[in-house]
Amino acid sequence: MTVEFKEYFTEAAYLVASVLFILGIRDLSSAETARRGNFLAQIGMFLAIVGTLLNQEIVKFEWIIAGMVIGSLTGAVMAIFMPMTAMPERIAIVNGLGGAASCLVGISEYYRHEIDLPFKMGVVGFEVMLGALTFTGSMIAFGKLRGLVNSSPVTYKRQNAVNISWAVLMLALIACLVYFPSQAVLFYLLLVMAIAFGVMFVLPIGGADMPVVIAMLNAYSGLAAAATGFVLDNKVLIIAGALDGSSGLLLSILMCRAMNRSIVNVLFGAVGQVIRPSGQPAKTSDREPNKIMGEEAAEILARAKSVIITPGYGMAAAGAQFAVRELADLLKANGATVKYAIHPVAGRMPGHMNVLLADAKVPYNELVEMDEINPQFSETDVVLVMGANDVVNPAARDSEGSPIYGMPILNVDQAKTVIIIKRSMSPGFAGIDNELFLMPHTHMFFGDGKAAAEKLVEILKQKET
Amino acid sequence: MTTSLLVVSSMVVLGAAEMGDAPTHSPSILASFYIFVLASILGYQLITRVPPLLHTPLMSGTNAISGISLVGSLVAAGLEQPLLCNMLGFLAVACSMCNVVGGFMITDRMLKMFKKEEE
Repeated sequence: MTVEFKEYFTEAAYLVASVLFILGIRDLSSAETARRGNFLAQIGMFLAIVGTLLNQEIVKFEWIIAGMVIGSLTGAVMAIFMPMTAMPERIAIVNGLGGAASCLVGISEYYRHEIDLPFKMGVVGFEVMLGALTFTGSMIAFGKLRGLVNSSPVTYKRQNAVNISWAVLMLALIACLVYFPSQAVLFYLLLVMAIAFGVMFVLPIGGADMPVVIAMLNAYSGLAAAATGFVLDNKVLIIAGALDGSSGLLLSILMCRAMNRSIVNVLFGAVGQVIRPSGQPAKTSDREPNKIMGEEAAEILARAKSVIITPGYGMAAAGAQFAVRELADLLKANGATVKYAIHPVAGRMPGHMNVLLADAKVPYNELVEMDEINPQFSETDVVLVMGANDVVNPAARDSEGSPIYGMPILNVDQAKTVIIIKRSMSPGFAGIDNELFLMPHTHMFFGDGKAAAEKLVEILKQKET
Repeated sequence: MTTSLLVVSSMVVLGAAEMGDAPTHSPSILASFYIFVLASILGYQLITRVPPLLHTPLMSGTNAISGISLVGSLVAAGLEQPLLCNMLGFLAVACSMCNVVGGFMITDRMLKMFKKEEE
């Protein structure tokens, strides 16, 4: 192959790869075509890699092979053995790795002293900054999801002022670098500041806001990849990075909308600290909820003709999805219709409940989105709330003074009977009491989600025989 | 849909214009910027149509796609240059390859779980 032919082949491979990525994402618009889409994207990636390896300037293949082997093995082992319950953590890790890759490429570009154009220097600055803060931010998000780092907001005085000035300072450093690209001190200072910033901006964000954070880090790792594309003048990198960036951005907007909060409030609001206004005692102590035990709960469920199960993070934390599905099977065998009501921000990442329930082999046509299921609650005999709290709190709909007022919720309180499986009366993430727990048609079944669901299964099975 | 078509066709035109001068590798910042903006709009259009059901596979899938930074990493690892740069490139290749292989595999594993009716 002549040099010229190789270069044309590379460009053609990149073009086809870009098209395949676009078609792949388009196919994700329905569960039937989604696997084909994933396959198309894989072909695209393969072409892009082959096209790149034909590059004349690439001579040292030993480093490439070593990196590819190590990366492929780690990736494959993680993909095969990681349980679905660890999905949020996995997403956090891979966002971090994507950021790290862009950051490392940026550093090596800078170190080689090939940066002559001011524009290119600016983009390298952005690439390294985004890459580094995505890496450390994702690691903190991972720590929060695993419980290694305190998952409630970590705050101190004037935190937002510090964070904002920190970010402004980083942008100023990039601006300086554009004029004085040879000042390596500025470059490495930027790197260190970005590494620290990742930690600083995720620490004050609470556990239940993780869906937004994860989606945003996803966007950042995409933007870092797009910046790499600008540096290397590589179109496929720009296109793929932009696709990833817009996906992350859109998901974070959707998550914020589902909490009726602005992205600024999620990032800087430090929501989720347990603050109770002084002098205002907890309301829950005045009235006693209706407590029930397993037998009674099973009795109510056995009589129901229609049941909607409403899962929340509690189901994920307890690993109760398999027991829940078994329970649903028994209820269906008993002649009841069973559906699942999925709130967009239930769990710790976009789509968390769907993945867990699909893993438990719940058919996806039973997983119903909020807008579709809300009108159906009033005609439902029993709603079983499984470790969800704020997303079913009627205060968000009815009481104007509530901090979560305006957040769209699942209207479970409109059902004829509500059973809530929960460990205790403790308030949810937002630190707000939930009126639902004290309503006359609500029954509290206290216990660990998994144990409680298994208990119900056991009792219902005995009834059958 | 029309917007998507418009965006795609503009991208193809720009891409073709780019390929024309590919061998000389003239820095074409403006064209890069155009492509970035158009691809972002297209991405936004496409992703609006992804149902919440598939939001997690969408994230892991786009993550695998953004492992395309592998392309940059490969160049960084393979050039004739100071050893430190090759080492950085090597680390970057390992990171992005992990995302690419793992990302596509786990997305497929997840999508396999989504079944409509039970057998």
